[in-house]
Amino acid sequence: MVELVWLIPALPLAGFLLLVFFGKRIGEPRAGWIGTGAVALSFVTACVVFAGLWNEPEHTFEASLFKWIPAGNFNVDIGILLDPLSMAMVLFITGIASLIHLYSIGYMHGDSRFPRFFTYLNLFVFSMLVLVLGDNLVLTFLGWEGVGACSYFLIAFWFEKEENASAGKKAFITNRVGDWGFMVAIFMTFFAFGTVTYTEFLPMAPGLAQTTATFIALMLFVGAIGKSAQIPLFIWLPDAMAGPTPVSALIHAATMVTAGVYLLVRVNPIIAASASWIPWMIAIVGIATAFLAATIALAQQDIKKVLAYSTVSQLGYMFLAVGVGGYSAAIFHMITHAFFKALLFLGAGSVIHGMHEEQDMRRMGALRRIMPVTAVTFIIGWLAIAGVPPFSGFWSKDDILAYALHKSPILYVIGLITALLTAFYMSRLVFRVFYGDSRWGESAEGELANLNAHTATDAADAGAEDHADAHEDSHADTHAGHGAVHPHESKWPMLVPLIVLAFFAATAGVLNLPFTENLEFLNRWLEPVVGENQVHLHLGGAQLTFELLLSTTIALLGIFAAYMVYLKKKIDPSRIELPFFANGWYIDQGITAFMGGIGRKGFELIAMFDKVVIDGAVNGVGRATRGGASRLRAIENGYVRWYALMIGVGAVLIVAFVMTQVSF
Amino acid sequence: MIASVLSSVLASEGAPSFPILPALVFVPLVGAILIALMPSSRPELSRQMAVLTALLTGILSIALLVKFKTDDAGFQFVVQQTWVESLDIKFFLGVDGISLFLVVLTGILFPIALFAAKPEHSPKGYYAWLTLLMAGCMGAFLSLDLFLFFLMFEITLVPLYMLIGKWGHGRRVYAATKFFLYTMLGSAFMLVSIVTLAVLAGAGDKGGVSFDFTKIIATDNLATSTGRWLFLGMAIAFAVKVPSFPFHTWLPDAHTEAPTAGSIDLAGILLKLGTYGFLRYGLELFPEATVWFAPVMLTLATIGVVYGGIVAAMQRNLKRLVAYSSVAHMGFALMGLFALNVEGIEGSVLQMINHGITTGALFILLGFLYSRRHTYEISQLKGIAKVAPVFAGVFTLVMLASIGVPGLNGFVGEFLVLLGTFVANRWWAVIAATGVIIAALYLLWAYQRVFQGEPDEANKNFPDLKISEKLVMAPLVVLIIFLGIYPKPVLDRIAPSVKRVVTRLEVQVDGFKEPITRKGADLLKIESSHLNTGEHALGVATNGKGANQ
Amino acid sequence: MGSNLSLAYLMLSAILFVIGGVGVLIRRNPLVMIMCVELMLNAVNLSFVTFGKMLDDISGQIIVFFVMVVAAAEVVVGLALIVAMARRRPGATADDLRTLRG
Repeated sequence: MVELVWLIPALPLAGFLLLVFFGKRIGEPRAGWIGTGAVALSFVTACVVFAGLWNEPEHTFEASLFKWIPAGNFNVDIGILLDPLSMAMVLFITGIASLIHLYSIGYMHGDSRFPRFFTYLNLFVFSMLVLVLGDNLVLTFLGWEGVGACSYFLIAFWFEKEENASAGKKAFITNRVGDWGFMVAIFMTFFAFGTVTYTEFLPMAPGLAQTTATFIALMLFVGAIGKSAQIPLFIWLPDAMAGPTPVSALIHAATMVTAGVYLLVRVNPIIAASASWIPWMIAIVGIATAFLAATIALAQQDIKKVLAYSTVSQLGYMFLAVGVGGYSAAIFHMITHAFFKALLFLGAGSVIHGMHEEQDMRRMGALRRIMPVTAVTFIIGWLAIAGVPPFSGFWSKDDILAYALHKSPILYVIGLITALLTAFYMSRLVFRVFYGDSRWGESAEGELANLNAHTATDAADAGAEDHADAHEDSHADTHAGHGAVHPHESKWPMLVPLIVLAFFAATAGVLNLPFTENLEFLNRWLEPVVGENQVHLHLGGAQLTFELLLSTTIALLGIFAAYMVYLKKKIDPSRIELPFFANGWYIDQGITAFMGGIGRKGFELIAMFDKVVIDGAVNGVGRATRGGASRLRAIENGYVRWYALMIGVGAVLIVAFVMTQVSF
Repeated sequence: MIASVLSSVLASEGAPSFPILPALVFVPLVGAILIALMPSSRPELSRQMAVLTALLTGILSIALLVKFKTDDAGFQFVVQQTWVESLDIKFFLGVDGISLFLVVLTGILFPIALFAAKPEHSPKGYYAWLTLLMAGCMGAFLSLDLFLFFLMFEITLVPLYMLIGKWGHGRRVYAATKFFLYTMLGSAFMLVSIVTLAVLAGAGDKGGVSFDFTKIIATDNLATSTGRWLFLGMAIAFAVKVPSFPFHTWLPDAHTEAPTAGSIDLAGILLKLGTYGFLRYGLELFPEATVWFAPVMLTLATIGVVYGGIVAAMQRNLKRLVAYSSVAHMGFALMGLFALNVEGIEGSVLQMINHGITTGALFILLGFLYSRRHTYEISQLKGIAKVAPVFAGVFTLVMLASIGVPGLNGFVGEFLVLLGTFVANRWWAVIAATGVIIAALYLLWAYQRVFQGEPDEANKNFPDLKISEKLVMAPLVVLIIFLGIYPKPVLDRIAPSVKRVVTRLEVQVDGFKEPITRKGADLLKIESSHLNTGEHALGVATNGKGANQ
Repeated sequence: MGSNLSLAYLMLSAILFVIGGVGVLIRRNPLVMIMCVELMLNAVNLSFVTFGKMLDDISGQIIVFFVMVVAAAEVVVGLALIVAMARRRPGATADDLRTLRG
């Protein structure tokens, strides 16, 4: 049955080809069903293959389709490596992608480019599967770039708006910075091993010189932080929210952004062979990103921006896990995160859809009565990400923190603080969207007006609510357009995925429960891939209990704090939602200012140099030739006697020269 | 005349002695003469004649591809005919894996260029010059006689000069003159080298002269310094042609003012004369000098890659932008050659082909754009993707190929070039790899400004691609995808000839070993001794020297 | 013939050549310039004959015949040009014919 593995990527590819040529003719909604069907079939195939993989030795299966680039000593195939790691990835990618495809049929209803959307989505799923199934670095890179290109298309899906187009471009170019690192890593791998096929070079990795391994690991890490939005290349992900919400759920939360984590887990023997500061660096970048993004998420007003920064933060946890040697924990959190974050995004999409494309939380509130299904499922997602037992996020986050504590208490403490922030900002989101007063009816005009007076990113707005009443009357008329919002619950294609995802977000923790080794299913499943380099924790009952209790306390504390601030209004939110956080620590502005300022000046200077110096030199030679010639031509004055004289002078000079050379 | 040629092609299925290489040169040559003899009052005749000639040559080139023996490293289909006996100048043609695909590219791109755009006036002359250009390109790629090569190399200048100067836009005379003088100046140095080489080669046997490539390559009597000087002469001509930094400024001017077909053929084929020349008449003729100059050439190529991209990003005119992107892409091609290993050189040849296809396709698309909007200025264009989705889709595909997204053709060549260079000279490759970031930057930025956003008044009625235009693009799109996914057939045919070149370098140059990965030496030892032996550490520092000892 | 006499002939030849040369350089009348050129040619002829005699070699005299023939041909072309010029632009000097200047 495992031989069917090629069908897994082939089905979405077939869907893509069908839609790219006939998408327009197939039209809505059939194009959506074809796209969904292709991915769903792929998921079914993946389940069948999964069943077959149990019988394979070491749960590993390899298949080579054809030679791709043979040149000299370099040789890569289009080949598939199906091992526990890629199997786990394939299962959750195809599973979640099927649900999100289904959801998109409802969400994209009525869009003029409906078939195009599913074309891109299918291509994305295909690329993502190539990324995880590829049996060598170059093929992974193919998928890596493929998902990058699809992400670009989909972020800029509504390209008529300049911001969307810019966001797509920014995502692609920032990713390309990472890709540069990835490419250099491939070169170095080839240079060191003479091969880039995982099954050939990874077993040799322990014999690698430390400097070489360090170089490869560092460059792969550069690639990974680009794709997985870590410091300092995380700036593209919040902007990527310009894309349709299903895209944010699938690409920018559940699957593509985890590719960097997948890559690092895949090459874990290289990391093990590299200098000891490499894991430290990964862990520190991870935890720093997690903390930074969590603080930024505290102060965002756009519901999708909160989730975007939360994604960056959770990816930071996964990097932390990789850095502290908890590879299986990274994959565990990746899977649970895929469920609950996809759920949260889809829920947010449902809210946005129901609110008629409104994304600002300041215009929401009390939606739980109007959107009961969305609200309940969203709340499950919230409890999962906040780390409340027994929801999935609790187990996976705690797993990572256990490994972090093993490495260093400092990492553990910052991880806990970040967990507190996570619980706080997610609770803030839920309370402001689903609880409290509704701010979308006529009664909220004052706040809306106030809103307009500030820019969306300006956190000073946070205090606006307090002054809302004062402005209520004076600005009531300025917002007639927004006043008549009538939120509604979404239709079933959007609700079914929510319910399914909510189920898994709640229960996915059973994949890897820490109580006994027998319950650590995922750990044991991944053992053939990461076992050698994985840190093996054997927590005693007391320590485990302590850690679990501490985590639970932290999560509840965060939720309680948010409750006090946003529902009980005991504390002014503006004391938490600092402008510094709202503006993302000014990192994005800083980089943008640098690129738009000094960077652009530099480019202009070089272009100027080309025009003035290089082309100037060429044209200068031309002009000098002309100038010299015009001076020289004065000699040719047209007087016969002048020419005759010159002939005479010339003759005399030649004779004189000959006389000096010849002795008689 | 045409019927007889056609019938002999058909007959060639059975008769292997059909002189296919001379036919590749003479069919377009005769075609050009016939077009010139036609009455200018019947322009449609000259167009039909040009199309017929180009298609026939294209079919011949495909036939050549089919009949080419994959595993043969030497020259195939060789034809030799004495021309000037006293100077040992011959009409000497042959094809190997390196020139094969450039010939095929010429055969494919010229008919496409003919279909892609029509001249705005005086069609007769236009078609005659274009067909003559095809003959010159074919001749230059096929020549195995240095005199013949020089002749063909120079012949190509005249038609392009006329095409730019007469059928171009704007400052066309300035651009044409600059192009002609600049390349001509470079060629002057090459002529000196060729004549010197001919005299030195002939000096061996009877005190005569020989322009025969195979004889010269066998002579092997160059003093080290002589070889270096002669290489330098050749290098100047080819560096101008490529164009390599800092000899590139004629290219943007020429492209901006050239008519569409001129741009397609200039970027697609003529630039390859430079890199092809480096390979055939640099690496093969002057092994010692090649190894000696390799660091300089690598440096120029690396600068070209990064610099070309940066300058491209700042252009306001789409054609200038693509022209500067050509500087960057040809920098990759040049770089691979001087990696001096099989991966790099194969990648370089592939990069030449890929650049011909993608940049050719980009110029065709820009030609379509110009025929609709009569401008190349980025600021005049906006939101085209909304009104012309197919046009935008095809452009996106070609753009991604040009950026080097894997799965499309541009990636394979660039990747192999960088890989080969990395193995030979690490830091150049690391720097040049940033070119892929810059490529994304300038192309996506231009794409955003031209295709995205809401179309304004002037671009609201931009018509989408017509059927005929789709047909012109179809073969290129197919090639872009095919060569990205399955470049093996091409690489297999290039490989033997490239190996021949590299082996010759190793034999001729004392102490030169092809820069290859450490696998052959160290890793096998590691495998046998069960890893963990420190002394064959694959350290970064242990092999920093690479190609140029 | 003694060497002194030969020297005298050579000196005469040199004097004639210089007179002719100066004439070509300073006169502007084309006719006179042609005559001066003839003078130079004949000065050379004289030295050829002298050297031929000195070296007892007949080649010198043969060359003189060549020169005389060529000079005759040259005069024919030259005079034709001068006449044509005089017809078109009466009174023109050699300096007026400088349309080929750089």
